Amino acid sequence: MEMIKVKIDGMEVEVPVGSTALEAARLANIDIPTLCYLKDINEIGACRMCLVEVEGARALQASCVFPVTDGMNIKTNTPKVRTARKLSLELILSNHDRKCLTCVRNQDCELQDLSRRLGVDDIRFEGERYDKPVDSFSPSIERDPNKCILCRRCVAVCRDVQGIGVIGATERGFDTMVEPAFNMSINDVPCINCGQCIIACPVGALREKDETEKVWDALNNPDLNVVVQTAPAVRVALGEEFGMEMGTRVTGKMVAALRRMGFDRVFDTDFAADLTIMEEGTELLGRLEGGGKLPMITSCSPGWIKYCEHYYPEFLDNLSTCKSPHEMMGAVVKSYYAEKNDWDPAKTFVVSIMPCTAKKFEAKRPELSVSGHPDVDVVLTTRELARMIKEAGMDLTKLPDEDFDPALGDSTGAGVIFGATGGVMEAALRTVHEIVTGEPMENVEVHEVRGIKGVKEAEIKLGDLKVKAAIAHGTANAKALLEQVKSGEKEYHFIEIMGCPGGCVTGGGQPIVKAKTYMEMDPMVVRAKAIYEEDRNLPIRKSHENPSIKKLYEEYLGEPNSKKAHELLHTHYIKRDVY
Amino acid sequence: MELYRSHVLVCGGTGCHSSGSADLIEHFDRELRKFGIENEIKVVQTGCFGLCEVGPIVIVYPEGAFYSRVEDEDVTEIVSEHLVKGRIVNHLLYHDSVDEDHEIKSLDEVPFYQKQERVALRNCGVINPENIDEYIAFDGYMALGKVLTEMTPEEVIDLLKESELRGRGGAGFPAGLKWEFTYRAQGDKKFVACNADEGDPGAFMDRSILEGDPHAVIEAMTIAGYTVGADQGYIYVRAEYPIAVQRLTMAISQAREYGLLGKNILGTDFSFDLELRLGAGAFVCGEETALIASIEGERGEPRPRPPFPAVKGLFGQPTLLNNVETYANIPQIIINGPKWLQSIGTEKSKGTKVFALGGKINNTGLVEVPMGTTLREIIYEIGGGIPNGKTFKAAQTGGPSGGCIPVEHIDTPIDYDSLAAIGSMMGSGGLIVMDEDNCMVDIARFFLEFTVEESCGKCPPCRIGTRRMLDLLNKIAEGKGEEEDLDKLEELGEGIKIASLCGLGQSAPNPVLSTIKYFREEYEEHIRDKKCRAGVCQALLQYIILEDKCRSCGLCAKVCPVNAITGQKKQPYVIDQDPCIKCGACMEKCPFDAIIKR
Amino acid sequence: MMTLKELEKIRQKTLDSVNLRKDRSGTRVVVGMATCGIAAGARPVLTAFLGEIQNRNLKHITVTQTGCIGVCRLEPMVEVYLPGEDKVTYVNMSPEKVKRVVSEHLVNEQVVQEFTIGAVEKID
Repeated sequence: MEMIKVKIDGMEVEVPVGSTALEAARLANIDIPTLCYLKDINEIGACRMCLVEVEGARALQASCVFPVTDGMNIKTNTPKVRTARKLSLELILSNHDRKCLTCVRNQDCELQDLSRRLGVDDIRFEGERYDKPVDSFSPSIERDPNKCILCRRCVAVCRDVQGIGVIGATERGFDTMVEPAFNMSINDVPCINCGQCIIACPVGALREKDETEKVWDALNNPDLNVVVQTAPAVRVALGEEFGMEMGTRVTGKMVAALRRMGFDRVFDTDFAADLTIMEEGTELLGRLEGGGKLPMITSCSPGWIKYCEHYYPEFLDNLSTCKSPHEMMGAVVKSYYAEKNDWDPAKTFVVSIMPCTAKKFEAKRPELSVSGHPDVDVVLTTRELARMIKEAGMDLTKLPDEDFDPALGDSTGAGVIFGATGGVMEAALRTVHEIVTGEPMENVEVHEVRGIKGVKEAEIKLGDLKVKAAIAHGTANAKALLEQVKSGEKEYHFIEIMGCPGGCVTGGGQPIVKAKTYMEMDPMVVRAKAIYEEDRNLPIRKSHENPSIKKLYEEYLGEPNSKKAHELLHTHYIKRDVY
Repeated sequence: MELYRSHVLVCGGTGCHSSGSADLIEHFDRELRKFGIENEIKVVQTGCFGLCEVGPIVIVYPEGAFYSRVEDEDVTEIVSEHLVKGRIVNHLLYHDSVDEDHEIKSLDEVPFYQKQERVALRNCGVINPENIDEYIAFDGYMALGKVLTEMTPEEVIDLLKESELRGRGGAGFPAGLKWEFTYRAQGDKKFVACNADEGDPGAFMDRSILEGDPHAVIEAMTIAGYTVGADQGYIYVRAEYPIAVQRLTMAISQAREYGLLGKNILGTDFSFDLELRLGAGAFVCGEETALIASIEGERGEPRPRPPFPAVKGLFGQPTLLNNVETYANIPQIIINGPKWLQSIGTEKSKGTKVFALGGKINNTGLVEVPMGTTLREIIYEIGGGIPNGKTFKAAQTGGPSGGCIPVEHIDTPIDYDSLAAIGSMMGSGGLIVMDEDNCMVDIARFFLEFTVEESCGKCPPCRIGTRRMLDLLNKIAEGKGEEEDLDKLEELGEGIKIASLCGLGQSAPNPVLSTIKYFREEYEEHIRDKKCRAGVCQALLQYIILEDKCRSCGLCAKVCPVNAITGQKKQPYVIDQDPCIKCGACMEKCPFDAIIKR
Repeated sequence: MMTLKELEKIRQKTLDSVNLRKDRSGTRVVVGMATCGIAAGARPVLTAFLGEIQNRNLKHITVTQTGCIGVCRLEPMVEVYLPGEDKVTYVNMSPEKVKRVVSEHLVNEQVVQEFTIGAVEKID
């Protein structure tokens, strides 16, 4: 890489050509404050926190977008710079509701961090503030415009990363808002509930719809059998909420915490993921052999499903009819498991701990219910679970490791890797390969489907059968892939799509990562690494080898894609309007 | 082409258009036919003459009779008297255009025009903007011909650099350098764009040029395309300028018909075409990066520079962006040479500048003067001074981005640098004159209200800061100001200037800061004495009944909508200041002039 | 396809027609067009001037009208102003006479003495 020399606060540093002043300063160990900046996603120089003085330039420059050139002299801490930064911050605060004590992001807020750091101890320019209603109509996302600082990080994620753009700046001047067009609720626009906007938000203007009270109520109700299940991605991220390093696996501690909270059963969604592989793998083979609609596209991600329903209804028949894993779990709990344990399904309460806000919406789909009871009663995000554990006074880091409850808590490495992009594909291949060829795979790890490239392709030989597969994560990537399929440019048999970039590990319900951290590490990579470690450490790594799955088919479902399986584990989709 | 003995030029600029000039043309046609002389007299709709104050304007050549405020019945008279019988209709002539002996002066001798030097406006009011032939007759497209056949792009750039032309859009960046940067920038494709999103309140020179001489802009942009290596240009014009849009559209299609736009222009292998893009009237879209965003179909918001449009502009490609007035200068410079422009103006600002005169001045309208003309010359010699014998208090230049210039600087020769030195700016050339009846706090408030309204909302200093400044000004105007508010205003103003993202925010505090600088005592009066010396700030006014004049008739009490006036027979009435809403109804009603406002 | 030459042609052609808006110096032909003049036939005289000047493609000549020149019995009257020369007044003009005035006076700068007010008044 070509390097140039620049001077930052008198220190000479070598930086790669094309670096911004912000990046150059990091290399000189100077941490320029930022607020609207989100690496690679939102680089617009709007918030004026990162202003620096550049020798020869007339005005102060936003270092996040200012490209340095050889020999440039930059000063990051002059009186002029401090005045400009502090004034901008003070002004932002003057139009912020400042209800920090009762804010979900208290002590986890970039605005709070900044005002502490820049020493804002008084707001001298008080005046009119926003006084707008909170938009709480969406089952997934809640938006409080009075906390919004108009950094546009959510706008950029929604528009560029997800290719959706249902929120944007409206009005102008002091009346500028970030919201859906025409004053609509986020519930009334084609939002896919992915929650990527939430994890981009530096403050508490966007948050998940909190449903922890419902769960506490259920736990306190002696008439209910309260079952909890946790998605694979939760176990590699929950620790972050308790100060643990990113990528720490806390599976056992998480189970311990849930059990102490009072859940009657602690199950693993990974079991349902194994079940999904059985159903979906069989469905794929059925389509390949029976001339069904191809490519078949995975249906685990409710963000992706809603995206498809709104924006690509022509692909609805390509979607696998399999319910998403936690919905399968709910259906199995309220039928098979309830029967076996003599529980009344009406008094069985299923809570899903998910890395996902879209699953909150999904759980409320009327078609996802078995005999009149919703498969899943409440979906909590990883963040909500963390808050409950804290409220219960438990320090996750100090809890012992415990195991999931038997049967529906048994799982394989194939189920775990559902949490990362490419995981469903890899898990499916591990099973389908064996069904088709009758022989186990030599190496169960399919590295060509791993990694964070936006669209991945693989051609897998299953005996005589050559399966062309593609994987996309993040709906903008999905859009690019689908357009190629639509135009006939590309042909595939099987496609995995996850609504969130990186898959579930970086889902919209996961712990929030500060903008600064993105400059040092990529959560998609770090958390996925933990997922694959989890897989490697499990004794069984193929879904069809899960003994409890075998037992479920033997005792209850018969065989994959049987009539019973269809009743419980499959669903249908609805074409939705865009506006 | 028919030869006519007389040309009747009817101003078709927006100002005259709105006062009915289109009807006048119809009326002329009708009257001429009545006398059967429609083949002898040519009626031409032209662009703006500049003296909008006295519009609609009609000039009859060859006599050069300058008729002002022409109405329908006047047309009948002009036709039957002047055009049929050859008797100039003296009582309709613009008073300044006739000398003591009732002889018609040539237009150049009329005081309003005498000190002007029309470069950008040279064809406005002279040619029919809807007829490309007339533009060609006045050397139109000769510069393009010269450039395409005799000059290399480098030579054009050198010529422009030598002429020292600076951008007329506000900041005064050297045009030649801008062209050179775009020429040198690497890109798959390059664009030329014209900023016709004139937004300063009161400024309308760009509109007048587009309406009166659209081909000048088209020719200049084509020259620019050849020079920087672009084959596509965009003119970003406000949708609120319907006449300009219509004339541009017509001019573009005429130029295409003549092969002056399109493929292989003038038989060379250079091709270039133009498209209009209509703006929805956001002030900030005059900022070049916001304008580019708007053309691209995005929300019109500025983005940080660098990269400058010359390097990365429209659709990510190198883009040359100049404003209308700058372009209108280009063909002239090519034809007359760089030395010609250099000979006009001051050391660092060459050529002329168009100003839109407004406010408390007799001749409101458009004037084009050499750089270096003083404010005094513009206001008193061209503008005809201040109406009603009032005294000059200040002039505001540069619109909402500029500052107020007090009387002590009235002899400053106006150019980019001298205006900046006294806390104002050239801006697009708005020039608003204020007299003793203007309150400086109110003026600052007026301009700030505009920027608050027009801020795009992207960066906090501009979005929130200007609003907080306005809050403080409102507080002061309402008589609730505190001593520290002035310091706060200055601190906010200085901070907003250094912290804002684009030129709009960086200059928004200027009207406030310059009025505080030059009229601090007026602010202090509002704050300390709760007094507005100009009698503008409503809340600081008091209506008072003069005891000696009051005849206790009670009419004032009856008309008062809030029952603030009480009194008894044979006793003077009294206004209770608390409930009084300062509507002034009592003062109007009082038959004895016993109620005053102070 | 427009060439530079054609452009110049358009320029020349149009210039003639628009020149009177700018040029106040060249030759001026002033026709008396008050009631008396019109009654005596000033209009055909004026149109004849326009036609002749156009036919001969003469430049820098403006034809204009004025009110009563004062000697109504000699109408139609025409005044010709050549730059730097004294005014010449022609009387009892007709379209036929116009042709001579144009060819002799305007083109060749030879005053048509016999039509001038001096000659006519002398004969009378």
